[in-house]
Amino acid sequence: MSETEVPYQETMGLHHPRSWITRYWFSQDHKVIAVQYGVTAIAVGLVALVLSGLMRIQIGFPGLLPFITPDIYYQAVTMHGMIMVIFLLTAFLLGAFGNFCVPLMLGARDMVFPFVNMLSYHVYLLSVVVLMASYFVPGGPTGAGWTLYPPQAILPGTPGVDWGIVTMLLSLIIFVVAFTMGGLNYLTTILQARTRGMTLMRMPLTVWGIMMATILGLFAFPALFVSAVMMLLDKLVGTSFFMPAIVSFGQPLEHSGGSPLLFQHLFWFFGHPEVYIVALPVFGVVSELISVHSRKNIFGYRMMVWALIAIGALSFVVWAHHMYVAGMHPYFGFFFATTTLIIAVPTAIKVYNWVLTLWKANIKLTIPMLFALAFILTFVVGGLSGLFLGNVIIDVPLSDTYFVVAHFHMVMGVAPILVIFGGIYHWYPKLTGRLLNNTLGHLHFWVTFLGTYAIYYPMHYLGFMGVPRRYYAMGVGSDFYPESAATLNEFITIAALVVGLMQFVFVYNLIASYFRGKPAGSNPWDATTLEWQTPKTPPNHGNWGDTLPVVHRWAYDYSVPGEEQDFVPQNVERKP
Amino acid sequence: MTRVLGDEREPMKTISEARETLFTTFSDDWGSDITTLKGVPWGKAMMWVFLLSDTFIFTCFLVGYMSVRMSTVEPWPNPSEVFALHVFGVSVPLLLIAIMTFVLISSSGTMAMAVNMGYQRRKGAATNLILVTALLGATFVGMQAFEWSKLILDEGVRPWTNPFGAPQFGAVFFMVTGFHGLHVSVGVIYLLTIAFRIRRGTYDESNFEIVEITGLYWHFVDLVWVFIFALFYLW
Repeated sequence: MSETEVPYQETMGLHHPRSWITRYWFSQDHKVIAVQYGVTAIAVGLVALVLSGLMRIQIGFPGLLPFITPDIYYQAVTMHGMIMVIFLLTAFLLGAFGNFCVPLMLGARDMVFPFVNMLSYHVYLLSVVVLMASYFVPGGPTGAGWTLYPPQAILPGTPGVDWGIVTMLLSLIIFVVAFTMGGLNYLTTILQARTRGMTLMRMPLTVWGIMMATILGLFAFPALFVSAVMMLLDKLVGTSFFMPAIVSFGQPLEHSGGSPLLFQHLFWFFGHPEVYIVALPVFGVVSELISVHSRKNIFGYRMMVWALIAIGALSFVVWAHHMYVAGMHPYFGFFFATTTLIIAVPTAIKVYNWVLTLWKANIKLTIPMLFALAFILTFVVGGLSGLFLGNVIIDVPLSDTYFVVAHFHMVMGVAPILVIFGGIYHWYPKLTGRLLNNTLGHLHFWVTFLGTYAIYYPMHYLGFMGVPRRYYAMGVGSDFYPESAATLNEFITIAALVVGLMQFVFVYNLIASYFRGKPAGSNPWDATTLEWQTPKTPPNHGNWGDTLPVVHRWAYDYSVPGEEQDFVPQNVERKP
Repeated sequence: MTRVLGDEREPMKTISEARETLFTTFSDDWGSDITTLKGVPWGKAMMWVFLLSDTFIFTCFLVGYMSVRMSTVEPWPNPSEVFALHVFGVSVPLLLIAIMTFVLISSSGTMAMAVNMGYQRRKGAATNLILVTALLGATFVGMQAFEWSKLILDEGVRPWTNPFGAPQFGAVFFMVTGFHGLHVSVGVIYLLTIAFRIRRGTYDESNFEIVEITGLYWHFVDLVWVFIFALFYLW
């Protein structure tokens, strides 16, 4: 680097808010946008949580709530899945954590294009509004399942076929636009706006994870966009991209010659990287939590980075393992099973490195650390059942059973949400200047952690018994299943309701601690990364004082021999 | 990179120190601080990433087109016949498309000249060339509108059916050329905005890299057209 090069960030003009509206609503400050993303995602996530409660009540105690008709049930299944995957997990990890962490951790004043960033949130909000409008249009939201497979998604017989599917597809298209605006910002900021001394290999793993996830998102969401556009045309204009010749209710339809498999390919070309769009930021954040709270540098930093990159690259060549029973050529299954199992290698490297970081470490069992440890366990469980499902011959009998539900909830439902909780407990003090309540935190953690196991462990067993997923009721012939299937479902439902209620305690904690929490100070966890070194807590607009911080070391100088403290912040000069 | 203090031996080189002697500027650039892509303004980096993302959108559209072309049960129409123009009583295949392609490729030429003028700080010349580019782009969209109206009104092509064969032909045609035409239209507006802002003096402090950034988008739209031309019209 030439000595004269001045970071653009130092000369960057900040947009100064002039009124309440521009300060808190149309703000261009990345921290405010992060909070906006976070609050919206949590709000819409709570809706999805309630929906899952309704579903569980119907499965565990059929007929207990008479208003849950099959239509309502399928609509709940669909909306729960789509909201959780896209509008909560993706939006929270990249929108909230991404916006909050990236500029702060890189020593930047803001994202490179704050206006586009602000626009990104508002377009996201629009997509949420359109999605929620599904419940107010005639016929209600679509009940096609979150994968929206045609032809059933746009044919009579599926709930919400008139309006719901249209609002759903429109909402997805709008979300892709919102994500693209945000993602361009994250990636450009990470590549081009780091502070002095912040080399790529000194970046905290959180930023690496967000960067890789953003790249995946920018290349994977186009497939969702295109499939949504094409299905919208099939639905509204009457084209036949995904619609073969079909007889529906005894009448041959106008459609002919389309390819339902094309939709599945496009959808999963987005859908599988989407798993890693959620997982990679989670990997990054959890590396951060484990290192900070065990007072030890992350084991194998370079390998962690390369594993992130390898997982990101491999995630684009595994998509059809979601389609083993869809009628593909068997050789495809062979190829995709192989790539799927290869992706376990870099993932295993990461898990080993987390565990090795813990080895002989000075582990502090703070709430974020508890969530991080719980993540490792949950992720390993979910990952191991993934090895079963990745193999064609085991997947075929397990397809569309509760085993699949258990697998993906463990690996990309519970595991990421645990890290989101851990991250919130970790960064809340920097965001608000106050600590979250510890007692409520413990309560939240233990009930959530043990509760999710109570929910999802029995589901593996249900899956092995062959209990199919997405069924409204077992119906005639359910004598086939032993009595334990029904009683287990009751047990799961009760556990799910308890865990669901506990999340409202968490939300209460978030609100109450904002007003009454213990003051945190600027660096409550004694962490090294730059966001804890801001001159003010919470950081003001522009994050830093007159000059940007200068980075002299990597992000994980914990328990360095010969140092007075057990951590050395990144902006402390090395001893000569 | 921590070293154990009190080690009497000659201090070992850390990995990064050892690499400094091995690697040349390429890895230094990529591994250095502040910017990964040296000398690349934020806007230009962002435009490149956006175009990569947009490439995936058009790739998905074109892969979808190839897929339905295979899956449809009716014969695919011959584009040379569908897109023929009758001039002086002679049917010339792909005449309009050839002219459209020529116009669009030419606009890439004028855009490149505009970028050159921008870096030479010749504002007037740059603005005029951008305006010419926008004009050529608008001409392209106009001819596309003519093509669409001819197909819709005269020949009865609809997204769901057409008299030539597979119904997917019309569907793909309207979707892909429509999406590309939208890109060109947005590009024309973008070019006009930039031309206006250059004339107003918004970029006088900079070295007019904005013209190059705009040019990136414009060249991309042209490149996409080349693929649409090759894969849809010629195949």
